[in-house]
Amino acid sequence: MSSATAETKVARPARPRRHRWEMLRAPEGVIGLVLLTFTVAVAVIGPIVAPHPLAQPVGPPGEPPGHGFPLGTDYLGRDVLSRVLYGGWPILWLSAVITLFTYVIGVLIGMVAALGRRLTDSVLMRFVDLLLAFPPLLLVLVLIASAGSSSTILIISIVLVLFPGLARIVRSATLEVSTAGYIEAAFARGERAPAVMWHEILPNIGPVILADLGVRFSFAIALVAGVNFLGLGESPPSANWALMVAENNVVITSNVWGVLAPAVMLMVLTVSINLLGDAYVRNRSKAR
Amino acid sequence: MKGVGEIASPRQDLSLSVAGLTVGVRNGPAIIEDVSMELLPSEIVGVVGESGSGKTTLGLSLLGYCRPGAEVRSGTLELGGVRVAMDGSMRTLRGRAIAYVPQDPGQALNPALRIRAAIEDIVRAHRERSAGLPEISTLLEAVNLPSSAEFSRRFPHQISGGQKQRVSIAMALSCHPGVVVLDEPTTGLDVETQSRILDELLRLRAEYRIAMIYVTHDLAVVGKIADRIAVMYAGRIVEQGPTAALLSRPRHPYTRGLLLSIPDHRRPRRLEPMRGIAVSVGEWPKGCPFAPRCPQATSECEQSVPPSTPVTSGHEVRCFRWESTPPVSDDARAGSWISPDTESEVVLEVRHLRAEHRGRGTTVVAAADISFQIRRGECLALVGESGSGKTTIARAIAGLHADVSGEILLAGSSLTPEARRRSVAERRRIQLVVQNPKDALNPRHTVRQSIARPIRVLRDRSTLSNGVDGEIDSLLERVRLPQRIANSYPDELSGGETQRVAIARALAADPELMICDEITSALDVSVQAAVLRLLRELQTDFGLSLLFITHNLGLVATIADDLLVLEDGVICERGVTSSVLGNPQHQYTKRLIAAAPSVDDSMADRI
Amino acid sequence: MSVPEEQVGVQQLDPKLDVKPAAAGRRLHPLLDFVLRRLAIGLVTLVAASAVIFWATNALPGDVAQATLGRNANPKALASMRHELHLEEPLLTRYVDWLGGAVHGELGNPASTITQGVGPSVAELIGPALRNTLWLALITFALLVPLTVLLATISALRVGRPADYAISYSSLLLGSLPEFVLGTILILIFFTQLNLLPPLVLPTGNPLDDPEQLVLPVLTLLGVSLSFAVRQLRVGVIHALNQEYVTMARLGGIREYRVLWRYALRNSLAPAIQSFAQTALYLFGGTVIVEALYSYPGIGRELVQAVGSRDISTVQGITLVLTSAYILINIVADLAVVLVVPRLRTGGESR
Repeated sequence: MSSATAETKVARPARPRRHRWEMLRAPEGVIGLVLLTFTVAVAVIGPIVAPHPLAQPVGPPGEPPGHGFPLGTDYLGRDVLSRVLYGGWPILWLSAVITLFTYVIGVLIGMVAALGRRLTDSVLMRFVDLLLAFPPLLLVLVLIASAGSSSTILIISIVLVLFPGLARIVRSATLEVSTAGYIEAAFARGERAPAVMWHEILPNIGPVILADLGVRFSFAIALVAGVNFLGLGESPPSANWALMVAENNVVITSNVWGVLAPAVMLMVLTVSINLLGDAYVRNRSKAR
Repeated sequence: MKGVGEIASPRQDLSLSVAGLTVGVRNGPAIIEDVSMELLPSEIVGVVGESGSGKTTLGLSLLGYCRPGAEVRSGTLELGGVRVAMDGSMRTLRGRAIAYVPQDPGQALNPALRIRAAIEDIVRAHRERSAGLPEISTLLEAVNLPSSAEFSRRFPHQISGGQKQRVSIAMALSCHPGVVVLDEPTTGLDVETQSRILDELLRLRAEYRIAMIYVTHDLAVVGKIADRIAVMYAGRIVEQGPTAALLSRPRHPYTRGLLLSIPDHRRPRRLEPMRGIAVSVGEWPKGCPFAPRCPQATSECEQSVPPSTPVTSGHEVRCFRWESTPPVSDDARAGSWISPDTESEVVLEVRHLRAEHRGRGTTVVAAADISFQIRRGECLALVGESGSGKTTIARAIAGLHADVSGEILLAGSSLTPEARRRSVAERRRIQLVVQNPKDALNPRHTVRQSIARPIRVLRDRSTLSNGVDGEIDSLLERVRLPQRIANSYPDELSGGETQRVAIARALAADPELMICDEITSALDVSVQAAVLRLLRELQTDFGLSLLFITHNLGLVATIADDLLVLEDGVICERGVTSSVLGNPQHQYTKRLIAAAPSVDDSMADRI
Repeated sequence: MSVPEEQVGVQQLDPKLDVKPAAAGRRLHPLLDFVLRRLAIGLVTLVAASAVIFWATNALPGDVAQATLGRNANPKALASMRHELHLEEPLLTRYVDWLGGAVHGELGNPASTITQGVGPSVAELIGPALRNTLWLALITFALLVPLTVLLATISALRVGRPADYAISYSSLLLGSLPEFVLGTILILIFFTQLNLLPPLVLPTGNPLDDPEQLVLPVLTLLGVSLSFAVRQLRVGVIHALNQEYVTMARLGGIREYRVLWRYALRNSLAPAIQSFAQTALYLFGGTVIVEALYSYPGIGRELVQAVGSRDISTVQGITLVLTSAYILINIVADLAVVLVVPRLRTGGESR
C-alpha cells in the first residue's frame, strides 16, 4: 500500500529541515548531555583539583567518610575522592582513542568492501567474519595473555573486537545507497570511487554510522573497564574507576564509598552516552 | 445521491451507503471531508484520485479502519440497509459483509501461512468451528487459480505476483461479502495480468453479485471496469457520475484536467498539464481546494467550498461554475507526431549489443542483438515489461554496465563499455535520468550542489558566460523551476520537482542524448503530463535526442517518433510509432496493445 | 554493558542465510545442502580461529616458558619447560600437534602442572569449570527467554505509550551498566544493606549444592542481557506489527489475539531467535566478568586467572573451547532461523 505511505507522508505538513542538534530538545538528550559534560569535566579537571596524592596512604584503610576525607579512604588508606578524581581520565581517553580508530578502520573497510571488486570484498569480509567468530572479551584476553598488558595492546585488541561489526554496518549501508540514482549519475559522470565515497556516499551513510556511535563508544568503555576490573589493565597504584571497584571490594562493609563512588561515575558515563545515542536514533526516526 | 446537509434515509436496496464521512489526523487536519456515496448491488464504483487525495483513507474507513493516528470524525455508514458504527466494533463485519483487497499482494499475505491456511483464517473468524470449512478448491477455481491440493499448500513466496493478487481476491470472496473494496489491486502488475484480473473481477461481480469499490489513480482502468466513477481531490469527491457521462463530458475542471493529462495510445494528443500542484493534507485553502489551479475560478470559489450539485440524474459535481467547464474538445484530442527529420545526423548508434548479468556461477542474458540508431532531435522509445532488459540497455549505453559486447557508437566513434574509461566529452554528451525521484538526487546536497557537480566535472567552464551560478539559474529556468528552489534539499521537493531537478542536472552537462529510464512512472498523471511537455520542448527547442524507456504505451504514443518493442531482451518489433501502434505485426506487441487500458476504448465501448 | 547492535534491523535477515535452490545436477535437498554448507563454513571458521589463537599466543614477543616462569627464572627450569612444551620445534608443527590433540580432548598441561610435575591437565581443569558456567548460563537463559518475550511484546504493542517508555528506558539504563557495576550495586543492596544473600560463591565443589549463591550472579547476568534482548526483540515485533499482512488480517475480521499470535509474533520468530543467539553470545563476555566478581568457579574465572599468570596452555585451551561454543551457537541459530522462515526453508523463490 505505497499510496498509503505516500498519504501518511503528506498527512504530516512539510517541516523545516531538522537540524542535527535537534535531538538535544528531547529531555533524554539534555540529560545525557549534562551527565556527559559532568563526567568528562570530572575526568579532565579532576587530577588538577584532587586534594590528595594518588598513591599515598593518608589515613587508616577503609575509613568511612569524615576527618577531611569526604568519601573516606580505600583499602590501602588512600583518599577515595582524590582517586575518583584521578580515575576517570585513563578510561575516557583509552575508550575515545579506541572508538576513533574503530571508526576510521571500520568505515574505510566497509566502504571499500562494498564498492570494490568481488575479490576485495570477499577477502575483507572473510577477515571480518573471522574476527567476529571470537567472543569479544576473549580476543582481548588472549592478546593480553601473550603480549602482556599495555595501553597499545588494549587499543589494538579492542579495536579488533569493535571494528568488524561497524565494517559490516557500513558495508550494507553503502551497498544500499550505492544503487541510488545519484550514485549511478556520479559514476556515469566518470567520477572516481574515492570522490564518490566522499561526496555522495559518506554524507548519506553518516546518520547510520552516527546512530551506532553511542552503542559502540559505550561498548569500548565497557571493555576497557572490564579488563581493568579483572586486574588485567593498568596495574596499581594508578587509579581508574573500574580498578577501584575491584580493589575496594574488600572494604565494602567498612567504607561503601570506595566501591560506590567509582561505580556510580562509570554508570553516569555509560548511561549518558547511551541516552545521547538513543536521543539521536529516536530523533532520526521521527524526522523520517 | 445526497446533497450536502440532506439526511440519508435507509434504503434497503443499497449495498453500501456512506454520508458526510470525515476522517482526520487526531488533533490535526482532515484527510477526507464530507464524503457521501452509494453503491447498488453488483455495481462497481471507481474512486479515482492522485496521491494524497484521500482515496485509500476512504477505502479503509468503509471497513471501520483508520491508520494509526487517524480517526473517523463524523459520518454514517450503512451496509445492506443496516446502520453500522465505523470503528473497531466492525470487526465481525470485516471480511463477511465488506472485504478488502490491498494494493501490494506481496506484502499483504502472511509469509508464514500456506495459501489454504490464509484463506481458512478469514473463514474461521466468521464461522462457528462446527460449520466446517469452505471448499478451498472452489474458491481458487473461481479466481482462476489451480485448485489442486499442491497449490493450496504453497507459501506466498512460491507463487507469482498475479497469483498472489488472485489469492487476496479469493480471501476477500471467501465469506461471500456484499461489498469488496479494492485498493489499486493491479498497480505493480504487468498490463497483461492487469487486463486479465480486471476481466475476472467483472465476471466475479456477475457470478457472486458483489458490489465493488475500485480505488485507483488510473482513469483508464476505471473506465474499463466501473459503472460509475467518483473523482477525489483534496479529500473530497469533486465529481461523481456514470462512467460514460463523466468521461465524455466531465463537469469539474479537475476531472477535465485529468483527462487531458492522460496519454492514450489509441489517440495520441498533446497533453495539457494542469497548472500548479495538488494541495497536501493540512494545506487546503478555505474555499474550493482546486481554485488555485482552476482556469475558471472566481472569487466565490476562493471563499466557500462548492456544494455537490446535480448535473443530471446520478451525475453531480462540486463546482460553482460547472456549466462553463469546456468540453474535452476534439482539437485537444487531435494531435500528431512531429515528423522526424530523417536527414539529421545520427547521434547514437548501437550495433548488436549484448548485455549479461553475471552472478555466482550463472549468467543471465539481459539483452541480445540490440541494434538501433537515434538521430539528432529524435525521440526513440524502448518499450517492454519489467525484466525485458530495457534498463540494462540504458545502463550499458551510459557506461554503467560492463558485461557487454557489440558496439556503441557516439557520433560514429566507438565507446568503451565503462564510463570511467570514456573521455570527458563522451561522458558529457550522454546523460541518464533514472526512474525513482526519491533517490535521483543526493539527499544531502542542495539542488544547487546537485546541478553544479556535472558542470564542474564535465564542462569547460570558460565557455560559461555567467559562471556556474548563472548556468544553474538558466538551467532551472529551462526546466520551469523557480530560482528559490536552488537552495532546497530534495526532501523539501515534490516528486515532480525532484524529477525536473534530475533533468536539469542531466542538462547541466550539455548533452546531445538524454536517456530517460521510466522517469515518470512514479509520478501522478498531472505531473507526468508536465514533465512530458518539458521533454518535448527540450527536444524541439534544443535538438536534444531522447532514448525514452517505458512500459506505458500511452507515453510512447505521446512522445516518441520511433519505437522498439523489447521482449525478454530481444527486439521483437520496431518502426515508426504511429504505424506500430496502429498496426502491430508481432504477437507480443499485439498483446501489449490489447491489454493496455485506454480511456478512449472504454468510452467507445459505452457510448 | 551494551553491545553494538549489528542486527538492529533484526528484521533484515543475514544475507548468508539465503538458501539457494539446489543447483542443477545436484540431488541434495536445498535444506540439507544448506545445513552441510553451514557446518562446513563453521568448521573452516573454527580451524582458522584456532590458528589465530595459537599464533597470537605464540608469535608475540617473549616465549611461553619465559612468560610463565617470569623474567628471573632458573635457566634449567626454562630449558626443561621449553622441552616439555616442544618449543624448539617449528610453530606449524606445534600447531598441528596441538590441534590434533584438541580433537582428542587433549589440551596439554597448565603451567603449574608443568612446573610442579603433578596436577590436572588443562582438559581436567576445564571440565568442572565448564559445567558450572553452563549451569549459570542455562539458568539465566531459562529466565531470560520468557521475560524478554513478555516485555518486548508489551512494549511493542504499546509503542509510544507509558508502558513502552517505562520498559524502553529502564532497559536502556540497565543495559548501559557494565556488569561489574550492576553486580556491585546488587551486592550493596542484597548483602551490605539487607544482608540477604552471599556476595561470593565459595569456590568449592558444585555451586548447585547451594543455590542461594547463584542468585546474585544470575540476577546480574539477567539484568544486563535482558535489556539487550528486550530492545532487540522489541524492534522485531514492532516491525512485524507494521507489516501490511497484519493490517490485512485485521481487515479480514480476524480476532486481535489471533492477529497477534499467528501474524505478528509468528513472523517475529526469526528476529527473536537471532536476538536470543546474540544475547547468548554476549553472555560469554558477561560471564567472565560476573564470575570474577562473585568468585564463581566457572570457566571465565579460570580464564582470567590463567591470563593473569600468563599460563598460555590454559588460555589456549579455554579460548578454543569457548570459541567452538561461540561458533556452534551461531550455526544453531542460523539453522533455527532457516527452519522457522518458510521462504528460507523451502529454498528461496520458486515459481
